Amino acid sequence: MTVESNTPAQGGFNDQRIEIIIGVLLRTGVLLAAAVVLAGAALYLLRYGHDVPNYTTFHGEPERLKSLTEIVQGAIALDARGFIQLGLLILIATPVARVLFSAIAFGIERDYMYVVITLIVLGILLYSLFGSAS
Amino acid sequence: MNVLEFTGLVFLGSLLAGFLGALTGLGGGVVVVPMLALLFHVDIRYAIGASLVSVIATSSGAAAAYVREGYSNIRIGMFLETATTAGAIAGAAIALHVPTSAIAIVFGLVLLYSAYLSGREREEHGPQLQSSPLARKLRLDGTYPTPEGKQPYAVTGVPSGYGLMFGAGVLSGLLGIGSGAVKVLAMDQAMKIPFKVSTTTSNFMIGVTAAASAGLYLARGYIAPGITMPVMLGVLAGSMIGAKLLVQIKVKVLRYVFAAVIVALGIEMIFNGATGRI
Repeated sequence: MTVESNTPAQGGFNDQRIEIIIGVLLRTGVLLAAAVVLAGAALYLLRYGHDVPNYTTFHGEPERLKSLTEIVQGAIALDARGFIQLGLLILIATPVARVLFSAIAFGIERDYMYVVITLIVLGILLYSLFGSAS
Repeated sequence: MNVLEFTGLVFLGSLLAGFLGALTGLGGGVVVVPMLALLFHVDIRYAIGASLVSVIATSSGAAAAYVREGYSNIRIGMFLETATTAGAIAGAAIALHVPTSAIAIVFGLVLLYSAYLSGREREEHGPQLQSSPLARKLRLDGTYPTPEGKQPYAVTGVPSGYGLMFGAGVLSGLLGIGSGAVKVLAMDQAMKIPFKVSTTTSNFMIGVTAAASAGLYLARGYIAPGITMPVMLGVLAGSMIGAKLLVQIKVKVLRYVFAAVIVALGIEMIFNGATGRI
């Protein structure tokens, strides 16, 4: 244990490196999501561009745009709305991947207190994504 | 108005919302829901779903730019996310049992409070402040870049900040917003974290908070691709431009302008909710 490890700068260096990697990860996920949504948007506007939208009354989205497996199936079948929905799913997954990556990074740093804190956050996120689907 | 025009107009509005949201640290979500509900007469449940997804885009898109600057504090963010994500799930559960007019009124009140917070004078906290024992145990203090080099900062008021963060999570899950104003309040005011660290860490946390309720909203059919697509793309593009400019320009005047817009939207949301139009 050196004297420097008591100053914030030492921990700050490692954190800074982790944050930059996470930043790149986040941006990649967001750009991928945006690309998929854009592709879906092109399909959607070509097919339905001249329809009249009606969102004034709420009726809820159909099952094929709600369940994870059916969204993926819809996108594979080149369904425009399914494609957009897949991109949105990727976007929702980026923060989850971010938290997972943080847990690993804290583990490499041997900061076990923050590994536990991060895993609690991850558990809550996974509960929301999968616990509510059933 | 056909789908093409609707998509184009919603995209432009969302672009502006994302831009202002990133610059002011208040998030684009607070403007997206009133814009969709009041301007485009979209059912508030669809508006909330679209906003929630756009909030993730704002946060993740801007975070990539912020982390390079070295402002955001990952430990503060992660620790407080245990509170915001739990709150977000509670908020989404509450939203199931609340009528839309009540959501509109709560939304309006949150808008007014956000405007009040952003318009208020704030004091920059000096570096002489000592961290509280709990903050030191959690290793929450850090450094941030200033024109004079790296500046260390201390952290205090952890319990009250944590409680406020839970509240921010509830509002996020209930209203589909990032609750940036409450998050900044918790860090800047309660925990005495420097303002720029607070806003950037808040932006960083918002995506994780929103993702906690996004799964619940998707399963409930609140996320309509035709609305969410232009909102997400617009807010994302706007927030990336905003994040690039954040370090370069003074945001004080902009904050007042944005606050005025938020006040107007807040009053209209309360009026529409109270008269049963939403």
